[in-house]
Amino acid sequence: MVDFNPGLIMVLGGLLVPLLSSSVRRVVLLALPIAGLTYVISLQVGTTVTADFMGYTLEVLRVDKLTLLWGYVFHIAAFLGVLYAIHEDDPVQAAMAQIYMGSAVAAVFAGDLITLFIFWELTAISSVFLIWASGTERSFHAGMRYLVVQIGSGVLLLAGAVIIFAETGSIHFGHIGVETFGGKLVLVAFGIKCAFPLLHNWLQDAYPEATVSGTVILSAFTTKLAVYALARGFAGTEFLIYIGATMTAFPIFFAVIENNLRRVLAYSLNNQLGFMVVGIGVGTELAINGAAGHAFAHIIYKALLFMTMGAVLMRTGTINGSDLGGLYKTMPWTTGFCIIGAASISSFPLMSGFVTKSMILTALGVEGYWFIWAILLFASAGVFHHSGIKIPYFAFFAHDSGMRPKEAPFNMRFSMGIAAFLCIAVGVYPAPLYAILPFDVDYIPYSPAHVITQLQLLMFSALAFTFLMLTGLYPPELKSTNLDTDWFYRRLAPKFFLSITTTIQRVNQRGRRILVGTFDTIIRLLDRYSSMQVVFIWINSASTMVFCALVLLCFFLILFLTSI
Amino acid sequence: MIAQHLPILQVVLPLLAAPICMFIRHPRVVWMWAFVTAWLCLPMSVGLLLKVLEQGTIVYNLGGWAAPWGIEYRIDILNSFVLIIVSMIGAIVLPFARRSVEREIPQKRIYLFYTMLLLCLAGLLGMTITGDAFNLFVFLEISSLSTYVLISFGKDRRALTAAYRYLIVGTIGATFYIIGVGLLYMATGSLNIADLAVLIPNIGGNRTVQSGMAFLIIGLALKAALFPMHMWLPNAYTYAPSVVSIFLSATATKVAVYAFIRVVFSIFGDVNILEILPVRNMLMVLAIAAMVIGSAAALYQTDVRRLFAYSSIAQIGYIILGISFDSVTGVTAGVVHLFNHALMKGGLFMVLGLLAYQIGSTKIQDIAGLGERMPLTMAALVIGGLGLIGMPLTAGFISKWYLIQAAIDIGLWPIAFIIVLSSILTVVYVWRIVEVIYFHRPVNPINDIDRAPISMVAPMWILIGATIFFGINTNATLEIAGAAAKALLAGGV
Repeated sequence: MVDFNPGLIMVLGGLLVPLLSSSVRRVVLLALPIAGLTYVISLQVGTTVTADFMGYTLEVLRVDKLTLLWGYVFHIAAFLGVLYAIHEDDPVQAAMAQIYMGSAVAAVFAGDLITLFIFWELTAISSVFLIWASGTERSFHAGMRYLVVQIGSGVLLLAGAVIIFAETGSIHFGHIGVETFGGKLVLVAFGIKCAFPLLHNWLQDAYPEATVSGTVILSAFTTKLAVYALARGFAGTEFLIYIGATMTAFPIFFAVIENNLRRVLAYSLNNQLGFMVVGIGVGTELAINGAAGHAFAHIIYKALLFMTMGAVLMRTGTINGSDLGGLYKTMPWTTGFCIIGAASISSFPLMSGFVTKSMILTALGVEGYWFIWAILLFASAGVFHHSGIKIPYFAFFAHDSGMRPKEAPFNMRFSMGIAAFLCIAVGVYPAPLYAILPFDVDYIPYSPAHVITQLQLLMFSALAFTFLMLTGLYPPELKSTNLDTDWFYRRLAPKFFLSITTTIQRVNQRGRRILVGTFDTIIRLLDRYSSMQVVFIWINSASTMVFCALVLLCFFLILFLTSI
Repeated sequence: MIAQHLPILQVVLPLLAAPICMFIRHPRVVWMWAFVTAWLCLPMSVGLLLKVLEQGTIVYNLGGWAAPWGIEYRIDILNSFVLIIVSMIGAIVLPFARRSVEREIPQKRIYLFYTMLLLCLAGLLGMTITGDAFNLFVFLEISSLSTYVLISFGKDRRALTAAYRYLIVGTIGATFYIIGVGLLYMATGSLNIADLAVLIPNIGGNRTVQSGMAFLIIGLALKAALFPMHMWLPNAYTYAPSVVSIFLSATATKVAVYAFIRVVFSIFGDVNILEILPVRNMLMVLAIAAMVIGSAAALYQTDVRRLFAYSSIAQIGYIILGISFDSVTGVTAGVVHLFNHALMKGGLFMVLGLLAYQIGSTKIQDIAGLGERMPLTMAALVIGGLGLIGMPLTAGFISKWYLIQAAIDIGLWPIAFIIVLSSILTVVYVWRIVEVIYFHRPVNPINDIDRAPISMVAPMWILIGATIFFGINTNATLEIAGAAAKALLAGGV
């Protein structure tokens, strides 16, 4: 059998989805990721499939351990996302989600830059429908901004690919490096999708505006595809360590004061990406393993957290920390799953985050980046703070909001349950995960030093939170919008350009009026003093013409007769 | 066989096709007939140009009578280029003509219109192709007489006076020309242009030849509407039917200028009349006056057609200025502007023809605010206007650029400055139109604008598109014009 890119299963399947009746559709939606996963498992490492396209040899399928890891986790996340949303009856959103997830998988398995570009853009275009599906005015504008940024990333990727092709004559997608100009462009393209600092605003802008299930799906694919691309093309680029460290640290402050809990999660998503970027920047086998493993664990627990918050949003209609509280009484399952997700993201021992994140930290220590190590430690404490404590605390405990919503529907709980199970399973028994990491793992997560360090960190962080809450120093949950750097392009720039254009318009209008007025005046003056109209009538008569002709004839006659 | 007789077929075909129109009479069929004829003329011209580029000058003796006794058709790069201009405009204007003529000319006179149009085409092609000074006069008369009739077809009654005035001036011009030819014949005994070129230098300072020179130059300057003998032109273009304005503005004056070039550089090529300083200066002064006064007069106009008619007078000034420089660059600029101006003016008058068809007026107050109603047509008007100004990327830029270069080459900085000044006047009158189109409110809003038929829109865009195309891809036009200029200045035919 000829191998093909496994992403096509979901992309092509997704195209059929709108044609199916609602019950068949549900079966197909669930079956597609399972079929995809089965096929990915059957793929052999080292398989490549090439195709000729317009004179280029495209590597439409490339299988190695790195791609397989992403292939597995993307399909798991796809299945969880579909299961979570299976009660919804929105064929367009379901189809677009399938195409989005499929193209993310296809992009991972792409072995050349052109194929990567095609699916890179396809993820952008298909995913925006998950944001628009909310149907609100806000989500429409957020979606447009998201689309502009994502397409921009694709355009940069294409430009970079073209330059790389011109320089090297190859479109193979291997290690790229930042030495060349094309490489720099590609890095920026990846960086946009990976939400590098200052390129990150689209994430916090768009994700919280998507639908309940849309956010769950979005959180899993776009940024992790970028992490994969970075790991493939820019592993060991030292510059990424500092970018990653910044990414881990700065969202914490925004997350602490943010009221919208889904946006808090978006910030913590950004922070978690930072850990992976640091790992890629270090670039040793251990670090890459850590980054890849962390991506795997992260996709699942971040999806779990978004699922719990989605359930809360669906049942209560709000996601603002200030409006929620006391939900544990009627949503015990969701509360439990949320705590498991929170524990995972906080890297509690026996949770998935612990066994992967500690690899990145250890790799940093081995390479001697102690300052960065300290930042990541601080960031870990911050994560625990805002995702590990703040999210469950404000949503399910805190002051009682008086709301008594129903528990999440069964399919949601089921999906959350699988995710929670995976979080714990990976944490308790990491060997299978370690086995599928890109490099051989010689790492023992549960050493006394690791466990004690982490527990100390978590305990003191919890102590700080408790202390701040008791003394009332903790920033209260306010209904407010935080200003991030996107204020510059969402508010300042439009105002600025508007004022510029109105000024130009005014100058233009006035200038034209003055100019035209001047000419009119000149013409009028000329008319008054020289009676040009009379001249026109005079020169228009036939006799004048003949007269002129005769004068000129005489002139030329005299000229020729005298001068030759 | 056909290839061998292409030179004569080029003229005979429209010449014979014209009277046949009289017998057909049915408007639609007559149009079809004229259309086919015009489209047959174009490939012939192209064939002739290619042949000339390949083999050099073609000499064709009518009826096998050798020159200088027989009539000779002599085609070199210059006149094959002008042939292309004429037959190309003829071919493009005919699809445009069908709807425009149906609207502007009474049904029962349409066959006369096409008869005259074909005659005019034949006359212009004949003037261009012939190598015989007297034969040139014959074709000059054919084209002139048919032009008078064509202008008088105009709906406006003033078209009659315009035609009549043109008749008087045109006849005087033609008479001057034939007097000039007669004087040369008296002195040399020859009518063949190439033969004259050889004989005249041998005669030396002969009063007869010198008088003939003056008559020829003034006669053709009248036909070419060189300032101050231009007054027939604005009214003729304004009141003629749209199709006639398009055809005449793009071809008639161009062919007269071509004849002018022939007289100056071929008949008197070895006498070098342009090296006589007063003559040269006089021509320059006239050309500059045409440029400045033509543009200035355009500023005053309230009818866009008349405005562009005055602009034509200014553009003729550019061409004559280039020729009067008597340098390769200058003549190249003049010759290439023959072509470029034909494209731009043809395109612009087509826009005006479309306006006449759609809103029934070309008055400046009636086109106020039309930018919103007819965005594409108005865009074409603006592009054509930019060409007149000489914006880079339009054909007008190329000719003006060469003209300025030519002026600087021979050290005439003030003239380069005046060229720029007259371009600024062009900017002003084009801007007046833009201002009215896009920024004024419609004075009396026209509710139902007729849909523009594709048969009119397509030719318009072909010409407007060509002004951009030949503004970007200048190789072909500049090469041909340059080769023609070199051949002319090398002396002889």
